[in-house]
Amino acid sequence: MRKLYRELFLEISIYLYLVVSKLLKVKTNLSINGKSYPIQAPKKMPLLWAIRDIVGLTGTKFGCGVGQCGACSVLINGNLTKSCSILVADVIEKEIFTIEGTSENLEILRQTWSDGNVPQCGYCQSGQLIAATSLLDAIEKPTDKDIDDAMSANLCRCGTYTRIKKAIHKAVALKNETV
Amino acid sequence: MSTIQKINRRDFIKLVGLASGGVLLGCAIASEQKDFIPSQSKDVFHPNLFVHLEKNGNVTLVASRSEMGQGIRTSLASAIADELEADWQYISVKQAIGHEKYGNQNTDGSRSVRTKLMPMRKMGATVKMMLITAAANKWNVAEADCIAENHFVIHKKTNDRIFYGDLVEEAAALAIPAAASIQLKKVENFKFIGKTLKSVDLKDFTHGTATYGIDVRIPNMKFAAIARCPVTFGTVQSFTKNKAEQVSGVEDIFELPRLLPPTGKFFGMLGGVVVVANNTWAAFEGKRDLDIEWNKGANESFDSKAFKKTLTKRVHTTGKLVPGAHGNVTTAFETSAKTIEATYHIPFLAHAPMEVPNATAWFQVDKIEVWAPVQDPQTARSELAHFFEIPIENITINVTFLGGGFGRKSKSDFVVEAVAISKKIKAPVQVVWTREDDIQNSFYHATSAQYLKGGIDQNGNVTGWLQRVGFPSIVSSFTPYADYASGFELNQGFTNNPYAIKNFRLESVKAEANLRIGWMRSVVHIHSSFGINSFVDELAAAAQKDPIAFHLELLGKDRVIEGKSKFPFHSKRLKNVLKTTAKTANWGAQLPKNHGMGVAIHYSFYSYIATIVEVSVLDKKVKVENIWTSIDCGLALNKDTIKNQLEGAAIFGMSLTLFGKISAKEGAIEQNNFFDYPMTRMKDAPNIHINIVDAMHEPPTGVGEPGVPVIAPAICNAIFNATGERVRSLPLMDLGMV
Repeated sequence: MRKLYRELFLEISIYLYLVVSKLLKVKTNLSINGKSYPIQAPKKMPLLWAIRDIVGLTGTKFGCGVGQCGACSVLINGNLTKSCSILVADVIEKEIFTIEGTSENLEILRQTWSDGNVPQCGYCQSGQLIAATSLLDAIEKPTDKDIDDAMSANLCRCGTYTRIKKAIHKAVALKNETV
Repeated sequence: MSTIQKINRRDFIKLVGLASGGVLLGCAIASEQKDFIPSQSKDVFHPNLFVHLEKNGNVTLVASRSEMGQGIRTSLASAIADELEADWQYISVKQAIGHEKYGNQNTDGSRSVRTKLMPMRKMGATVKMMLITAAANKWNVAEADCIAENHFVIHKKTNDRIFYGDLVEEAAALAIPAAASIQLKKVENFKFIGKTLKSVDLKDFTHGTATYGIDVRIPNMKFAAIARCPVTFGTVQSFTKNKAEQVSGVEDIFELPRLLPPTGKFFGMLGGVVVVANNTWAAFEGKRDLDIEWNKGANESFDSKAFKKTLTKRVHTTGKLVPGAHGNVTTAFETSAKTIEATYHIPFLAHAPMEVPNATAWFQVDKIEVWAPVQDPQTARSELAHFFEIPIENITINVTFLGGGFGRKSKSDFVVEAVAISKKIKAPVQVVWTREDDIQNSFYHATSAQYLKGGIDQNGNVTGWLQRVGFPSIVSSFTPYADYASGFELNQGFTNNPYAIKNFRLESVKAEANLRIGWMRSVVHIHSSFGINSFVDELAAAAQKDPIAFHLELLGKDRVIEGKSKFPFHSKRLKNVLKTTAKTANWGAQLPKNHGMGVAIHYSFYSYIATIVEVSVLDKKVKVENIWTSIDCGLALNKDTIKNQLEGAAIFGMSLTLFGKISAKEGAIEQNNFFDYPMTRMKDAPNIHINIVDAMHEPPTGVGEPGVPVIAPAICNAIFNATGERVRSLPLMDLGMV
């Protein structure tokens, strides 16, 4: 009898544990760069860590964890977002775009980034390129001020800012050439 | 003198993981001179740098130095490729593991090109010579009639051509030619050296595919975060882990005792409480939820504000005389028409590379494998052998890309942590520091105070110079109770003052360390350049002379000062960069209202630098408008890389001038993250104009660091020019000026 109680208690405990962890965890698909990734993650987990540690795409970088440096920048439904500061639970059924993706603006920026030999250590450049993509998506011909406003959320400790600015201007010029 | 030797192919393949056959060469070079950064490297080094040519023509070059943004992989490869007469499109670069075979790998002190250019060139030239011999043998013609060009050997008489890849077998069978027979190219025949080559890593950098330490993924690896005592060297008294254990993904929590480095070497690790999890975020969350009682220890009483006062008091009274004084400053000041005094301060600083310290380690019974962003993989390796008692040959250090280093990643404490945790949990693990950990548990760039007194005569000539300086020494991180600046530190700009001053005296005052002190990009030159350039500007103003004319006058007659190194100081070259910068900045021209220009010159890492900064000051807020820098770094290996480094140095220098400050209260660092340890952003960035002075026939000197020390004094001198107000204590943020 006692054994039965014990087993029953164990069963209930396991059941409760499963219910609670189901509530705290989310089993879903993340749509990243047009591809669907089934994941199971705590609901409170910032998107950055789901992308890096669960999905395994490491191009999106950790820099500060508090939305101050922009190294973790991604686009969510086209909107520039710091992935360290948005929860997995908030991006379900949304389209996530990372540095591993491709778009017309990103490809042009990649080219001018390379032409201008922009990166030094390269670590922040994923975020810089995503932020610049978002800028070109929004503004056809950004001014210096537009670029300053759009890009000042992204830190580069190596100090490649002047080259980044030039590369963005060149990308705009290149785009207009090809049109 | 260098000797070239064949490397056992199996060793080579083991080292760089290449599977196909080819020509393998190692190059053993005798010792490079010792630099001022303490290092574990032995006095005699045996660099082995490798060229690997495959039958399809592909050439793999091994980069022995760590890539942290200075473009070293591209620069070193281009030196080999130039002498090899290689076609650049066949070149790829492989990163060396940490191993003495590669010679000194300590990526520090702006010395990679300075010390590796010639060995690299010789290696390329040797391979080229062997390929020519192989082709001549094949054709049965004289070697003298053959030349190498763009991945082909050409027989001049018949114009027959043979592709490098088709010579692999013949070349591999040849003996290595004697070192004395190797001929190097003339400067005017360089194809890559002295030109511009883009980074070989651009594709990876623009696609998020470059693997930094933090991107390493090993099957079944765990992630760990460590709660370290907020007070330096404090220890864990007790801790509660209930809350942390409930974080989903947390798997293990335990105490990690401090590993104390033996006197004179290594870094050890701080210890603390470790949270192991199945993802980084869970480890961070678990760490935050720990409840820890600390034994804070002796450093708990440390207050950086009080320390600033103490240091100031000390530099205002007589200190320890530093050798090298000449003349008599006391009588000089007595007979001067005017004497000027000033005291300057720089706070503690943290490197804050964009990629936080991190390391991945796998400890397996009798061997250790590490993947980490380290500037000095050999010290890390020796350190692991010491602490974990594993034979050094069983320790592999894989060097990843570094998301910035700036000196922080020379200290391998984070590698030791990863190995200690892996050993304990018997699984591969990645230790990741939070940004707060990085800001609060760093090896800090020391705070400094300096007092200067100068005399000028009726004609505005400097009669005497007294400088007293105090800053906690880097040596304190290696030897307890080192509480005066060491010789190697004072030699960074203080003792080797470039000016021709008749009466000169340098004194050093006590400065104890209550934080871990380390070196940050440009190291002590940041202090010396700030004090000296600010004070020369003050003297110029007192003498009512133009600052640039005053600098030139003070530098005196052209002279050469032979140091212990093979790079004597030429005052003419320093004057030359100053004149060049004055021209490019259009010094002396009418400036817009509220604008001002300031100048600074400095000799560091054997390079000559002059910078002019233009600022505007509106409502007491400073905006840096323009920065002009000229450098004479001898042979300029890769011009665009040099430009990029100096642009970056200008931004780095701006960050420390405008925002840089680490302060401590009750022993704990007050700053947390980029919101209270800010740095230059795009909107603050000025126009930057870099000029590389042509000195192709001189040996190459430093590039990564020399651009930084001039920025702070040039900005502050520009502020004086615009407003008439002196800034003597950094950062500007503290003065409400940004």
